[in-house]
Amino acid sequence: MSNIEVGGRSYETDEEGYLTDLGEWNPEVADYIAKTESITMSDQHWEVVNFLREYFEEYQIAPAVRVLTKAIGKKLGADKGNSEYLYGLFPYGPGKQACKIAGLPKPTGCV
Amino acid sequence: MADIAAPAYRIFPIIPALKPGAMENVRSFVANEKIQTAIGFPGQLVEDWHDKAIAKMGELLGKYRSLRVFMDACVHCGACSDKCHYFIGTQDPKNMPVARQDLMRSVYRRYFTLPGKMFPALVGARDLTKEVLDEWYTYFWQCSECRRCSVFCPYGIDTAEITMAAREILDTVGYGQKYSNEIIGKVHRIGNNLGLPGPALADTLEGLEEDVKDATGVDVRFPLDVKGAEVLLITPSADFFAEPHIDSLIGYAKVFHATGTSWTLSSMSSEAGNFGMFIGNYDQLRAIAMRIRTAALELGVKRIVIGECGHAWRVAYSFLNTLTGVGDGADANDRFAQMLQKQLDHRYKQPSHICEFTWDMIQDERLSFDKEKNDKHIITFHDSCNVARGSRMGNYAGGQFEIPRNIIRAVANNFVEMNPATTREKTFCCGGGGGLLTDDLLELRVKGALPRMEVLQNVVDEHSVNFMATICAICKAQFTKIMPIYGYDRRMVGGVHQLVSNAILLGDK
Repeated sequence: MSNIEVGGRSYETDEEGYLTDLGEWNPEVADYIAKTESITMSDQHWEVVNFLREYFEEYQIAPAVRVLTKAIGKKLGADKGNSEYLYGLFPYGPGKQACKIAGLPKPTGCV
Repeated sequence: MADIAAPAYRIFPIIPALKPGAMENVRSFVANEKIQTAIGFPGQLVEDWHDKAIAKMGELLGKYRSLRVFMDACVHCGACSDKCHYFIGTQDPKNMPVARQDLMRSVYRRYFTLPGKMFPALVGARDLTKEVLDEWYTYFWQCSECRRCSVFCPYGIDTAEITMAAREILDTVGYGQKYSNEIIGKVHRIGNNLGLPGPALADTLEGLEEDVKDATGVDVRFPLDVKGAEVLLITPSADFFAEPHIDSLIGYAKVFHATGTSWTLSSMSSEAGNFGMFIGNYDQLRAIAMRIRTAALELGVKRIVIGECGHAWRVAYSFLNTLTGVGDGADANDRFAQMLQKQLDHRYKQPSHICEFTWDMIQDERLSFDKEKNDKHIITFHDSCNVARGSRMGNYAGGQFEIPRNIIRAVANNFVEMNPATTREKTFCCGGGGGLLTDDLLELRVKGALPRMEVLQNVVDEHSVNFMATICAICKAQFTKIMPIYGYDRRMVGGVHQLVSNAILLGDK
């Protein structure tokens, strides 16, 4: 366990920098985590992060990559509904990197 | 993420120069108290860890005669030393299989042999100190239990079994690995390694039905929890979630559709993988396997078919019978095992691998393909270690090698083999097996993939190979992650049933 300091507040994270308490997430923390991943949050990044949080709210897990690409495609146009677009935004993999920024737990298993 | 560079390909694939201590600081994250206690292990290193560890070792030596033989039999001939992908990639001498085993063997000698008790220094016997225990943790979590070294051992020492015993001892004293033990907890709590709850699974499957309909115009179903279905498909949960895994799931569904087979997935038993084997813990192995039996009994299925997952197939093929009563060997006093025996249709192998299912259907001419749909691919096949060295398919020796290749040849025109010194029973691990597919071990995973990447490069150069098929969720995830570091496109790896899916004709046939 370790902690990150954002805006004078302390947040607990696990060894890999994922927030321990999902309820503590806020946009400033997301910006901070994104920076540690060398990502500057744009509107496009936020679209993905917001969708992840909505999906998680309903299903208690991050969406499958395919579900995510489809949702983004519907929202932003078919040219963006593919994993290349998502990898462009989150080079380490939309699953793990975007989840981390969205304050969701890391997907585990053979993924 | 730290920048990790791929090691250079070797000009001559020979024993690399040694770099002592090269990997001593690469340690997988240790499980925290919450993860440990959730699956019944001590939350942290117990105070009397020394005595507990030695007692556990004694227990395992008594329970598994094989372990004692492996401890005694090694003559340090060195045949295994350059056969390990992690040694080749990291050059750390402690990743030589013989040296890794000796981490335990030296302690065994000290406490369980007369010369070691009397003259430890003369026979290379060591006290179990905290430093030794830490060394165990570091290097037994740098072994993927792939058993390639065992193929070359003149005594047949099963190195994976030694790694499993070491991990079991470590868990017993509260020194567990975060990645594997967190996953095992999720299987017990939610039903799969991923932590994918039933409603999310149902939503994902509905989405797949739409996708396949859009792509083919055919209503291919992905049934969930259907009582009375003929086939229960148990597949790795990565097949529901990750790329390229999901393309093979679509392939299985198309095979069932095209052959008119009624089938179902189970939300309760939505995982083929069994990390209980990776940590060498029989109780965990059995508890996870039992979910399959419970689902089979509840759904009343006649057949159990396992999807593309390497170690799942080893567990299914080699252990499900005595663990759960799937197949032969159920305990006469185990009522539920006997019930399952009566329920299953014994005209078929129980369990069957999805490749056996598909290949049988191809031979019975119940499937047709447009092979040209795969003409954009020049394909090679990576044998996955647990399938290659821990199981079989079909009813003849080597079926686990032939059947996946037969399927590829039936659905595609361009297939080439990699160097035979690195395929079939001599296959190299992908570099991420055995509980090492975690980001905290990425450096090890990249380096451990070196021998496979070298021979892949050969067929890329000579035959323009652009697709490497495999039948293991770990292999798929590992290669997708590390191949870009070696300069390949991540989409170059995929499943055998992904190729099936590309070419299958979904019609009346």
